[in-house]
Amino acid sequence: MTLDSLVEQFKKKDTLAFEQLYSMYSKNICGVIHTIVKNEGRSQEICQDVFIKIWHNSDSYNSSKGRFFTWILNIARNAAIDEIRSKSYKNERKNFSADYFVGILERPDEEQTTADAIGLKKLVKNLKEKCVQIIELLYFRGYTQKEAAEELDIPVGTVKTRNRSCISQLRVNMEQK
Amino acid sequence: MIDIKKYIASGILEIYVAGVLSEKENLEVSAYAKQYPKINDEIIAIEASILELSKRSSNIQPYPFSEVKDKINIPKEPKVLTLEKEKSVWPMYFGWAASVLLAIGLFLTYNQNQELKSELEVVSKENMFLEEQIATSDTSLEKAKTLLNTIRDKNIDVVPLAGQTVAPDSYAKVYWNKQQEKVFIDAKGLPEPPDGFVYQVWSLKLSPTLTPTSIGLLDTFYEDDNKVFALDNVNDSEAFGITLEPSGGSEGPNLEQLYTLGVVAAS
Repeated sequence: MTLDSLVEQFKKKDTLAFEQLYSMYSKNICGVIHTIVKNEGRSQEICQDVFIKIWHNSDSYNSSKGRFFTWILNIARNAAIDEIRSKSYKNERKNFSADYFVGILERPDEEQTTADAIGLKKLVKNLKEKCVQIIELLYFRGYTQKEAAEELDIPVGTVKTRNRSCISQLRVNMEQK
Repeated sequence: MIDIKKYIASGILEIYVAGVLSEKENLEVSAYAKQYPKINDEIIAIEASILELSKRSSNIQPYPFSEVKDKINIPKEPKVLTLEKEKSVWPMYFGWAASVLLAIGLFLTYNQNQELKSELEVVSKENMFLEEQIATSDTSLEKAKTLLNTIRDKNIDVVPLAGQTVAPDSYAKVYWNKQQEKVFIDAKGLPEPPDGFVYQVWSLKLSPTLTPTSIGLLDTFYEDDNKVFALDNVNDSEAFGITLEPSGGSEGPNLEQLYTLGVVAAS
């Protein structure tokens, strides 16, 4: 079954299709939430809520506006950011970059409990820190190009091309594994 | 005919997968993806790398699907409990009455109450979701209908905000649903805020002294196409104002940067 027809079935409230999509994306979505929220138990709950939410709002997904995964990713990021906002992390956006998955690579081994550290290291080896940061901001935090440019102190026009070369490196690493 | 190589090299497809393009650009990219298989393949490859990365970003284990399935299949009707015949139902009524009283009590101690905070969280999540839905249905009739229904609600008070000294041409409207303690700000008539600044909405009490209370930031102004923002307002507002504040908002309003202001008509 292709992804498109799976998503079609899901929109018709087919639980089997939902189960397949869940097995395809739940680890990713929970992972993204975890990197933002950090608390494992809460992240699992929020992640579950996100999937319940997409089930009930499957009508609002429109394939002409983006990928299915991107749609869930957006909802998940919003839910996670909502969670830490509600805990009154006032300036959370500014403090992000020092943490997770950027930071995790620099920590001594015994502290690496939250990430699949070995797999992650292989994947982002030889990626420049600037690359890890830009990927984190755009994909894990949902920053717009403008916001990412401000955060990284680079011109808006270079965000797209820098990010592309970073993702290309990531793709090379993936193939070598 | 577009230059496919150049289009791919621009890096727009990576941003598309991140989900942070404008709605117009999103429509453009997906139209090209349908038209040109090369572009579609590239998008899938980019997505695959992000899937791989996000999968490895954490060791977290999602709940098994059975739990999610249980939650989505919960029947709306509460379960009926069978009581033994001899037992009076009065204790149950008392129980219900007591819990209703308790619920009222909780409302009264609103501000100190942690549990209600979490209820507020849910409401604000719903708000966000509603707002997201309003925004994403921008091109469709759906959006017009939703907006229209929201502002046609009989419980809505409309408060026009007029431009002030710093921006005499600007204007905004507040649709206030007192019952749901929500306000919808139509900010289409405000100029785009300069970098590093954000609009902040204030509920004002006029007497005995002018007391502003922040009810939220329009911090997605740049991305939001329809410029309608849903915020919570539990205040007994007598007027609403919108000021320009440094990113992150301020404790109190900067009245020199008061863009719009309007008084709630006495009912």
